[in-house]
Amino acid sequence: MSTPILNVRGLVKRFGGLLATDHVDLTVKPGEIHALIGPNGAGKTTLISQLMGELKPNEGTIELAGKPVDDLSTAKRVSLGLARTFQITCLLPDYTVLDNVAIAVQVRQGHSFRFWGNARSEAALREEARKYLHTVGMERRADELVANLSHGEQKQLELAVALATEPKLLLLDEPMAGLGHAESQQMIGILRNLKKQVSMLLVEHDMDAVFALADRISVLVYGRIIATGSVEEIRDNPEVRTAYLGEGEEVC
Amino acid sequence: MTLFLEQLLNGVQFGVMLFLLAAGLTLIFGIMGVINLAHGSIYMIGAYAGTWVAAETGSFWLGIPAGLAAAAFAGVVIEFLVVRRLYGRDHLDQVLATFGLILIFNQAITMLFGRQPLFVSMPALLDGSVELLPGLFYPVYRLAIIVVGLLVALGLYLLINKTRVGMLVRAGSTNREMVRALGVDVRLLYTLVFGLGALLAGLAGFMAGPILAVQVGMGEQILITTFVVVVIGGVGSIRGAFFASLILGIVDTSLRAYLPGLLRQIMVGPEADALGAGISSMGIYLLMAIVLLIRPKGLFIRNS
Amino acid sequence: MEKSLKRPALLAALLIALIALPTVADAAGFAALTSLATRVLIYGIAAASLNFVLGYGGMVSFGHAAFFGIGGYTVGILYQHYSLGEPLFGFIPGTNQMLITLPVAVVLSGIMAAIIGALSLRTGGVQFIMITLAFAQMLFFLFVSLKTYGGDDGLIIRRANELPWLNMRDKHTVYYVCLAIAVLFFAVLWRLVNSRFGNVIVGLRQSEKRMAAIGLPAYRYKLVAFIISGMGCGLAGALMANFLRFASPDMMHWTKSGELMIMVILGGVGTLFGPLIGAAVFIVLESVLASWTENWQLGLGLILLFVVLYTQGGVQALGARLVGRSA
Repeated sequence: MSTPILNVRGLVKRFGGLLATDHVDLTVKPGEIHALIGPNGAGKTTLISQLMGELKPNEGTIELAGKPVDDLSTAKRVSLGLARTFQITCLLPDYTVLDNVAIAVQVRQGHSFRFWGNARSEAALREEARKYLHTVGMERRADELVANLSHGEQKQLELAVALATEPKLLLLDEPMAGLGHAESQQMIGILRNLKKQVSMLLVEHDMDAVFALADRISVLVYGRIIATGSVEEIRDNPEVRTAYLGEGEEVC
Repeated sequence: MTLFLEQLLNGVQFGVMLFLLAAGLTLIFGIMGVINLAHGSIYMIGAYAGTWVAAETGSFWLGIPAGLAAAAFAGVVIEFLVVRRLYGRDHLDQVLATFGLILIFNQAITMLFGRQPLFVSMPALLDGSVELLPGLFYPVYRLAIIVVGLLVALGLYLLINKTRVGMLVRAGSTNREMVRALGVDVRLLYTLVFGLGALLAGLAGFMAGPILAVQVGMGEQILITTFVVVVIGGVGSIRGAFFASLILGIVDTSLRAYLPGLLRQIMVGPEADALGAGISSMGIYLLMAIVLLIRPKGLFIRNS
Repeated sequence: MEKSLKRPALLAALLIALIALPTVADAAGFAALTSLATRVLIYGIAAASLNFVLGYGGMVSFGHAAFFGIGGYTVGILYQHYSLGEPLFGFIPGTNQMLITLPVAVVLSGIMAAIIGALSLRTGGVQFIMITLAFAQMLFFLFVSLKTYGGDDGLIIRRANELPWLNMRDKHTVYYVCLAIAVLFFAVLWRLVNSRFGNVIVGLRQSEKRMAAIGLPAYRYKLVAFIISGMGCGLAGALMANFLRFASPDMMHWTKSGELMIMVILGGVGTLFGPLIGAAVFIVLESVLASWTENWQLGLGLILLFVVLYTQGGVQALGARLVGRSA
């Protein structure tokens, strides 16, 4: 069996008395889309933040392609091939769409201690950034300011920026949240095409999207993973149905 | 030994003065997220109003309500006209707007009272010294300041821990959004907190009158020290402000008392005095730098 | 198309006006205008340096007067050792040559910025503002206590530093030297803010979280920006000491840090020439108000309050909006 791209063992995060992450074990295999589902407040975003190194877990280990990354900064983890998108979009609002992607390309290329040349006239940088915009179907919006984008476009740009770091594993924090039906379908299409290049951990509420994309699903409730399995296994798991899917159907 | 105890008491006295200012400042920081440089101006207003009334009427005691009223009034006016517009603005705007207030108040006071410092004589009751221990005489007035300061600290403790307003204040200093979500009239709460902070600053200002010169610029001098207190104690923490005030008061006073003497053993007199005074003045800033390096959020805030 | 032509044309006009200023001022009988303009240029350099971290980088430093003062004292102390003929620490000879004093001032303020920045940037928000203020106050009290270098009273520099082939006692020459340095400085700053480095600094201001998520180790970039900014302030301080022939602890007093911030916000935060405009507005305001009334600080305070509360983006933006409205 090949080394998993992501291997999480016994991860614990406490906020005061609250267990936000409760001994989580999780793997993502190469080329796999692993979906993480669970009710609101289950600790999904907290888990992503710990994987990225933005939050420090209290216990447990995280390995990226067999290499422990527990003591590494976020920046180092990104350079090893980890990238995320944000549920509440987090872009550079004063920059254009293209600038947002180009700066990610720039950072990936190495240090930015270059003080003289105009970064916006570097054709190679701009061209490469356009490539990622093309992947998410946004190249026609390249010169728009981020502040003027629709919510759906911001979600797409989030994805393009993450891709520009050339990740091995993409952590997607609710990429469909707030999207209309057509936009969701478009996003599902984009992600399906990306599957060949990059493994993904997909946190998502939209069950249609999850069932359409995921190879495996884990269910997180109150910080604990209560089940992991294939789409069919999770769909038929009685514990999951009571804990999560039952509620979910009422809401949707 | 008696000299040491005397310096210790001086340190505590300076410490409680700092606390009176720091309590308001740290709450305003913590709850409203506003950096208020004009807090020192309120201190100055309390000092001027109280001292002036005391001098005109000849009664020290009439100065107290005058100083408190003027400071609280100034505080509420500042909150209403200026600070209210600064909630949610970035720190730069807050620093500059309240810096503008400092310029305005300093000049206004100069125009009203001139450049000469004001003085007020101590009331007969508080004049003189008492023998605390055999051989240790200590001025009654300074003791009174310590007592008032500790009483205020106790009062604040009860207010914050035992009352509903206090609960809101505590909630607000750790989680601003939560207080808003509770449906509390946040504006009223803000005005109350600001007014309370101003009242305490005014009290400190008036009490400082008989031992320091009441003059323009007195506010800024103590303001920066107060900021150091707030940052060391942890923004938003009254408890932190209390302990940091006492620590800083004692450290600062002891450095000033002992450092020149120590330096004089290795240098000539006047140069040792100058250098000693300089390094003493640097002491608290050095302390703050060290604290922030170890605990970037201050001593009394848990790092998350 | 129109916009891209307008800016260079405006800059060329500004440069010509600045070159012509001393001659015009003399002819019009306002000789004092040249001195005023020299101060504007020097403060413009200092404020633009501060703006690089504050406006572009979003780091609100309340202690940049420290670097301004270090620059000034470098010139003052080197001059004192030169005039007394005693080497500093027994082996560093003093000098009055500007070609030496300016680079030394820039390097020393850069080193000081590296130390202060390395420590301060570990914090953020309110703590960052206060710790930068605290470090500046520490230096202020240090120089107040150094009796050898004038202590409280400051250090008088009998003659401005010399430059080869130039008569630095002539006010016009000093002005043109400052102008040349300012032009050079702003050219470098312009390249800097548009470079890859400037790109990440501006990105950090917009969202540090985002920059971390694309793999940027923020600390080292912020530190280098802080050092560059400190060097610029040191340069300005060295020029100021030459212009006033005086260096004093007041150069690093916290109100000086406040004044530099005022200039930045008056002109427009995060714009290249805003701080220069802000410095001009501040200096002119100060002189005009001071000639009307000795209570000029009251007026300054009110104007500052108005600018902060009611204009977004300072005089430049206000002007742009007024023009926009009338057009």
